[in-house]
Amino acid sequence: MANLLAVAELRAGAPRKVAFEVVTAARAAADASGGGEVHAIVLGGAGAASVAAQLGRYGADLVLVVEHPALERGNAEVFSATVAARLRTGGYRAAVFPASAQGRDLAPRVAAALDVALASDVTGFELRDDALIARHPAYIGKAIATLRLAGTPALVSLRPGAVAPLERPRAGTVELLEPGLDPAKARVVVTAVTVRAAARLDLGEAPVVVSGGRGLKAAENFKLVEDLAAAFGNAAVGATRAVTDDGWRPSADQIGQTGRTVSPSLYVAVGISGAIQHLAGMRTARVIVAINRDKDAPIFKVADYGIVGDLFEIVPRLTEEVRKARAEH
Amino acid sequence: MKIGVCIRRVPDTEMRFAIAPDGQSLDQTGLKFDISDFDGYALEVALRLNEKHGPGEVVVLSVGADSTQEIIRKALSIGADRGIHLAAPQVPFDGLSIAHALAAELREAGFDLILFGRMATDTGNATVGPMTAELLGLPCVTAVTALELAVTDGTGTGTATRELEGATESLSFPLPAVLTIDEGIARPRLPSLKGIMAAKKKPVESRPAALGPVRLTIDRLELPAERAAGRIVGEGAEAVPELIRLLREEAKVL
Repeated sequence: MANLLAVAELRAGAPRKVAFEVVTAARAAADASGGGEVHAIVLGGAGAASVAAQLGRYGADLVLVVEHPALERGNAEVFSATVAARLRTGGYRAAVFPASAQGRDLAPRVAAALDVALASDVTGFELRDDALIARHPAYIGKAIATLRLAGTPALVSLRPGAVAPLERPRAGTVELLEPGLDPAKARVVVTAVTVRAAARLDLGEAPVVVSGGRGLKAAENFKLVEDLAAAFGNAAVGATRAVTDDGWRPSADQIGQTGRTVSPSLYVAVGISGAIQHLAGMRTARVIVAINRDKDAPIFKVADYGIVGDLFEIVPRLTEEVRKARAEH
Repeated sequence: MKIGVCIRRVPDTEMRFAIAPDGQSLDQTGLKFDISDFDGYALEVALRLNEKHGPGEVVVLSVGADSTQEIIRKALSIGADRGIHLAAPQVPFDGLSIAHALAAELREAGFDLILFGRMATDTGNATVGPMTAELLGLPCVTAVTALELAVTDGTGTGTATRELEGATESLSFPLPAVLTIDEGIARPRLPSLKGIMAAKKKPVESRPAALGPVRLTIDRLELPAERAAGRIVGEGAEAVPELIRLLREEAKVL
């Protein structure tokens, strides 16, 4: 029997998908240990408690909520102090953070404050009597490390998309919690959060990712990639480092070693040769499609399905066919 | 300003990797090593800040075996003023152990700003920076993509931008602070011949690293399973209908 704490992330007042993922993973670990409790912890502005209750659907017995008007935009110092305080006294075997920008910021602070082990960006973990064992892609995914975390509580941050949210309803009883640090005493203050166009799916959450590379030849030709993404209806648009370095696309769209890591159901690589830098960010996609004029391009070695030829002819046709296929559903 | 930049020696990830006989580490044969990518951006940010805000000092720090001195020298040839090598025959995988060694060195040293790369490209942990900040009790902003400082008479404040998934966050913080730097903030300069010559005369101190306890270890290191060989569906736009059929009936993703 092990109790776990799941650190859930809100954005603009609503739980992000990673919040359901960490609760799902904590639930599975608690059940595997013979049925411990899962407590989720969230921090947000007014109304946080009312949205946090839905974490019970994914297996949280208790939802701990820090609700404070000054925390609308989040605050890492307050959040990490609150999580650390809870872990210090709550008798938890482990805590699961999302390996999102926020989770990767929080987890190391908490680990250092408590002087406990943290494994970052894990794709799975299990509790054993003497240790927590976690899997972590190292060397930009070119090696997989099996990690051993000694001591209690053991902390992990879970790679977004590594665990699919699964509904296993529990009580989800909401309990309000005082912040572990007075928000007025925080030294670092979030002054603004600018959310990009709400209609756009985030790269890490989209079931389909369509990415473009240098093969598109010019920034304006990214319209082809955007049209294909629009035809899928559930796709986000990514790019290679070469393309973001050249300013064709914003750097936030970069997929690869130095950008985002994505694991969508379907990844469509358009005019991408498949440099190691790029493969590091997308090789864990379930299905990979590549369109490239060079039949020897490395991308075809990882692609499940490839079409060799001129993307300027292939992509518009593919867009049309995808649109038709979608319409039939 | 006195700026510390913590850098790490990592293998070039473009190379073919093999696992060492111990099953827990990389076979080092033939690997090339360099400053971790993101740490290069951190160094560039430090150099630009001092170019902009007047005279100061950029100190590079690195934990590692004697080979670590190579990357300290490289950072000096790029423009850092001096180096501190915290000697450890083996660098532990546990970021908190490393953070203890850095915090011990940085605690009383009077740095205005301490910079790290967002993440080491070998471990992929992204933990040492924020852990060091926590141990030092300093404000911390991670994965900074834009930075502005206002410094007068040794006190200062900063504003930083960081990327969340699908959003951009703006933050304000007081100095001294710890920041981890994302790529793209400033293109790193290369060492010049003059810089390489000058680096030879710059001081590098070496002392044993006061590493903290290690609680995170590698049990096993493996190469990932290769993806099953894919297939070329065809050539040109004529292959599209067959691709659609495969995506629907075989892969079931459409």
